Amino acid sequence: MSTGIVTAHSVVEPSPRAKAVAATLVAAYALISMIPLVWIFLTGFKSPPDSISYPPKAIFEPTLEGYCNLFTTRSRQSPEYMATLPPPASTCDEIARSRNMVIAGPSNYAPRFVNSLIIAFASTFCAVALGTFAAYGFSRFKVPLADDLLFFILSTRMMPPIAVAIPIYLMYRELGLSDTRLGMILLYTSVNVSLAVWLLKGFIDEIPREYEEAAMVDGYSRLHAFWKVVLPQATTGIAATAIFCLIFAWNEYAFAVLLTSGEAQTAPPFIPIIIGEGGQDWPAVAAGTTLFLLPILAFTVLLRRHLLRGITFGAVRK
Amino acid sequence: MAEIRVENLEKSFGSFAAVRGADFTVRDGEFFCLLGPSGCGKTTTLRMIAGLELPTGGRIFLGADEVTTQRASQRDIAFVFQLFALYPHMNVRANIAFPLRCQSMPRAEIRRRVEEAARILRISEILDKPVSGLSGGDRQRVALGRAIVRQPTAFLMDEPLGALDAEFRRLMCGELRALHDRLEATTVYVTHDQLEAMSMADKIAVMNNGVVEQLGSPREIYDRPASMFVADFIGSPPMNFVDFDARLASGDRAVRIDGAEIAIPELRETARQPRCTLGVRPEHVRLSDTSPLRGSVYGTEYLGTTQIVTVATGHGFVKARLPSETSVRLGEPVGLAFRPEKLSIFDRQSGRVLRSALHDGATHG
Ligand SMILES: Nc1ncnc2c1ncn2[C@@H]1O[C@H](COP(=O)(O)OP(=O)(O)O)[C@@H](O)[C@H]1O
Ligand SMILES: [Mg+2]
Repeated sequence: MSTGIVTAHSVVEPSPRAKAVAATLVAAYALISMIPLVWIFLTGFKSPPDSISYPPKAIFEPTLEGYCNLFTTRSRQSPEYMATLPPPASTCDEIARSRNMVIAGPSNYAPRFVNSLIIAFASTFCAVALGTFAAYGFSRFKVPLADDLLFFILSTRMMPPIAVAIPIYLMYRELGLSDTRLGMILLYTSVNVSLAVWLLKGFIDEIPREYEEAAMVDGYSRLHAFWKVVLPQATTGIAATAIFCLIFAWNEYAFAVLLTSGEAQTAPPFIPIIIGEGGQDWPAVAAGTTLFLLPILAFTVLLRRHLLRGITFGAVRK
Repeated sequence: MAEIRVENLEKSFGSFAAVRGADFTVRDGEFFCLLGPSGCGKTTTLRMIAGLELPTGGRIFLGADEVTTQRASQRDIAFVFQLFALYPHMNVRANIAFPLRCQSMPRAEIRRRVEEAARILRISEILDKPVSGLSGGDRQRVALGRAIVRQPTAFLMDEPLGALDAEFRRLMCGELRALHDRLEATTVYVTHDQLEAMSMADKIAVMNNGVVEQLGSPREIYDRPASMFVADFIGSPPMNFVDFDARLASGDRAVRIDGAEIAIPELRETARQPRCTLGVRPEHVRLSDTSPLRGSVYGTEYLGTTQIVTVATGHGFVKARLPSETSVRLGEPVGLAFRPEKLSIFDRQSGRVLRSALHDGATHG
């Protein structure tokens, strides 16, 4: 029989040991998930030989070569020609010369990145705007065949979008939408709008009708009431939905490869094909990837407060 | 402020008739209650008056204007919702100012009106607080503030005290009525609580299954219920019913139940069929050793100044409200006597009251 000290058990407070175990597990998981990201980040600062050395180097001399190569195109020149040049004007210039090359001009990374920004944000805006109106309609009005329509909207998400890539490719070619920003915006909007309608309908259902009704009795039109009362209360849902849509549009690779090649090409198909001397320029690829992660990171951090509340669906009431 | 007139108002949701032929007038300055059990169509009626629901039949007038199909925003009516519907993303001041902000009113004027409303409701000190932390009573007052700030032609309130605790509800009843009188408002107030309706209303419409069963002052409704439903719904405990069969004709002044002759107010109409019910309020029941109507004491409820004594009779239980000094023993055989001039006789088949001397001089509508 044990007659030792009896410790009171709390139902809500975990024991210190449980906490320690949980913390260790979480830390280990976080660490493992971070490794690829850290690796990419580090590779961006390696020299091309370091980036492919075997065994891989964890300690190396950092260089900006990857970033320079990412933003420039270079050409190899004869030592005689190199000798006639004035002294290097920038760090990148200096790095290029050390490899017997001169900077020939800017690379396509910046315009591709801008394409990504425009296409992802515009399609997210369109999907969320359409989704909000559609969700409001489904939530507040008696729409004939509402259930069937909602199911139809969802069903567009039931197969992988890429399954229709060929018909879309042909269609876009006929319509002159291939390799245009407008084409990509339309495409990502239509893929995302179903997600947006479904997510937002849940959020808007949670907003009591009485809010708009009160506004309408007080003299506001329905649209005005929607703007003044419903939208401010739906911000949480809209932010959460926007992040999901943006992540999809930002990362989308398959359609981008198929439908864009020049003018409207986004960053995902561009980054992996950055070629350097004798093959893939891994530091430049890693640098491009690192920069590519930043906008989505910023957006998520910016909307984090809304997102956290948004994930506890239904917390909008009262 | 204006009169509200509702003519033969109907509302069906698909095949379900939520409101059937509602007909009433709310006079200018009147405090009018729609009273009835949950699901009887009170909210639907109120929402039609507000313009939040379109009627499927009938007409609605606000003052001289027909507004049946007008939008809510054009009716100049204030609506207080059951759960108040305060906007969580605005503070108290912004909530109260909200109705004024869609009119092109100067800021200074809005400020003045909001502060005046807050003063009337004694919430000046919470004007700059967010609404999320407010107590039920304060939320109630903010909702009222939003209603009165616009000085609308009428106030519609849907169970505005339903979300408050019992003690506070009694207090708010008094305040609401005082506010109504002070603003000389026209108010339509929906409740399922007969005490609220009785204590506040000038006139009550008792609804059941989408139909207005009776329209009258609290006193009329209590003293002269038009139907067995109203008699049963109003009063606590409700009216006692004693079923009997007899061929009743206009001019009858007594009915016979179990050989006991019971005097009633002289009938002014002849019953269509023999199945009848005698209705008597507990306070009109007396114990009488000589009465031929017999029973035995089944239970007592002590209420302080009075007690409710339940007597088991051959016609079911009869409750009597007696002075609390009267001593009764459980199981004791007793005789029951009723106050003749206060009795109601109902047609048990239709549930309607038979007109009698009780209704002499009573106004209807
Ligand atoms: N939008 C609606 N669709 C279908 N039925 C409804 C709707 N609104 C109310 N009802 C029905 O109409 C009846 C009356 O409702 P309501 O007016 O809210 O009753 P009360 O306010 O008296 O409790 C109820 O049976 C309710 O289920
Ligand atoms: Mg109701």
